[in-house]
Amino acid sequence: MWVLSFGYESSFAPPSVLPDISPTRGVPNAAPKTWLSCQCCAMTRALILLRRRLVGSIFVLLIVVVGTFLLLEAAPGDAVDAYIVSTGGDAGMIELLRHRWGLDQSELTRLANYLWALLHLDLGQSVTFSRPIRDVILERLPTTLLLMGSATALSFGLGSALGIYAGARPGSFRDRFLSIGSLALYAVPGFWLGLVLIIVFAVDLRWFPIGGIESIASGKTGLDRAADIARHLVLPVSALGFIYLALYLRMMRAGMAEVWRQDFVLAARARGLSRQRIVLAHVARNALLPLVTMLGLQSAQMLGGSVVIESVFSVPGLGRLAQEAVAARDTPLLLGIILVSAVLVVIVNLLVDIAYAFLDPRVGASEAGA
Amino acid sequence: MSPLRRFLRTPEAIAGAVFLAALFAVALAAPLFFPGDPQAIAGPALLPPFQDWSLPLGTDRLGRDVLAELFHGARTSLAVGLAAAAAALAVGAVIGTLAGFAGGLVDEVLMRITDAFQTVPAFLLALAFVSIVGPSLGVVVVAIALGAWTGPARVARAEVLSIRERDFVAGARVIGMHPLEIAFREVLPNALPPVMALSSVIVAAAILTEAALSFLGLGDPNRVTWGGMIAEGRAVLRTAPFLSIIPGVALVLTVLGVYLAGEGVVETTAMRRSLS
Repeated sequence: MWVLSFGYESSFAPPSVLPDISPTRGVPNAAPKTWLSCQCCAMTRALILLRRRLVGSIFVLLIVVVGTFLLLEAAPGDAVDAYIVSTGGDAGMIELLRHRWGLDQSELTRLANYLWALLHLDLGQSVTFSRPIRDVILERLPTTLLLMGSATALSFGLGSALGIYAGARPGSFRDRFLSIGSLALYAVPGFWLGLVLIIVFAVDLRWFPIGGIESIASGKTGLDRAADIARHLVLPVSALGFIYLALYLRMMRAGMAEVWRQDFVLAARARGLSRQRIVLAHVARNALLPLVTMLGLQSAQMLGGSVVIESVFSVPGLGRLAQEAVAARDTPLLLGIILVSAVLVVIVNLLVDIAYAFLDPRVGASEAGA
Repeated sequence: MSPLRRFLRTPEAIAGAVFLAALFAVALAAPLFFPGDPQAIAGPALLPPFQDWSLPLGTDRLGRDVLAELFHGARTSLAVGLAAAAAALAVGAVIGTLAGFAGGLVDEVLMRITDAFQTVPAFLLALAFVSIVGPSLGVVVVAIALGAWTGPARVARAEVLSIRERDFVAGARVIGMHPLEIAFREVLPNALPPVMALSSVIVAAAILTEAALSFLGLGDPNRVTWGGMIAEGRAVLRTAPFLSIIPGVALVLTVLGVYLAGEGVVETTAMRRSLS
């Protein structure tokens, strides 16, 4: 879990003077007041972290690209076959096209061509849509981002709140109830939860539309349109968000259980602070940080989950596009989606790292202070 | 207190274990209770549950016996879940051990590959793999394992990093054992407990992924799967919702059983120490 190496920082001494303690979990907030005022150091630390992470991310993305290239090679048929199927043509034309598109060259040359095209943000041509893959994906991306963003907000917000509620009194009835309940929720397949929500809230109660992203040809604009989209998103966001809610709840609860045992909580008690204040300002606050890391790690799973949710609710996003690509056997499009998702996951993780640098004064401090 | 007795003191763990045992019994007994093809037509189409006692859970759109399908679906779910998890744990343990024990460039390369696999959404990878290679039980197992081995690999590597500094490893070096022999015969077995502690989570995730794949029509077409049954029932969601609900409940109970039993095992054995 702790991928980053922590230095130790306090307001009294430069970090290098202190012994190199490597804290594992729930370390007391060393300098609760000072770090907020020190925005510029947070900036420096974020930049240092960003630089280090960017280099690693580029290598990782390169491996992903090679992987998708290998999958593309393994797929039966190539771009020319797909083109000929849709347009028709004779053997001579096939030869000509293979030569013109560089498909008759060695594998290494083709990999180089593939990389070169990707550098120019050229993902190739989708046969199903007869359009550049990049354009098709960019058209669908905002919907998926909206869906994922809302679902993440729901699962993180509600999950951590319930986690605090459960973790405030470890071992109590409500703690056990929420723990078992969240485990049960985590066992539910997302697509099935979606179907059950459709049966209850769209078919029986008719509260929400059954699918889609907005009413077709309603002519709505501005706020009306936003409200319409929001109404359409309630069920898919709930289906996607509730599954991962359990994860944040359990992490928050487990983290708080660890922090309760720390000495500084005992100290806070001894100072006579109210229980509510101890729970919120001392225990929950220190248990919240690992959840932020989880936010980044979870983004890949959330993207995978949205494939099924989008096809259950016919939301025209990236996930539904992936399913259409599978149904149409459009391998280049499918691999293009995988590449874009990988880039998306890398970006989310970089953002989480930056947020972390602002939230936790220890991150990147060893390099910044040196 | 022995681990077994401690296990028996947690009601959740017992519930999970009992349900899993029942499920295994169902999976094994499926050919006995319902010999022949579960996908054969058994009665009138869309018979609701609890109407005809020869078809207790009713029939689907094509008149197939839902209970028979449920029994045979349990076989697929369990087989794929266990096989994919076993493959993921084995590959993860080997790669993690190699990375941790070799260190240096090997470690760096293997861990970047692990990063890459974690960057690509596992479900999309499985989707692409199955759609390129073609749906069959073995391919589905490999596709799920492709996205699941990274967790065990990271845990195994972390464990190996601490084990390789111990005296018995130095001893093995002194008596002239080959480094690979040390890695796999001395270090790997000692690094296994925390890796195995992940198994319940991985089995559960594998069962859910298999269900989602077959829901999207990428399961083995010659086998009954719960995900496929839900997809089939979706077409008649308004008139016969029970067709989607029944297999879904079976899925939830199965995954919950795996979680509860797994949590019980982890909490009552020594695994917990090495986890925290």
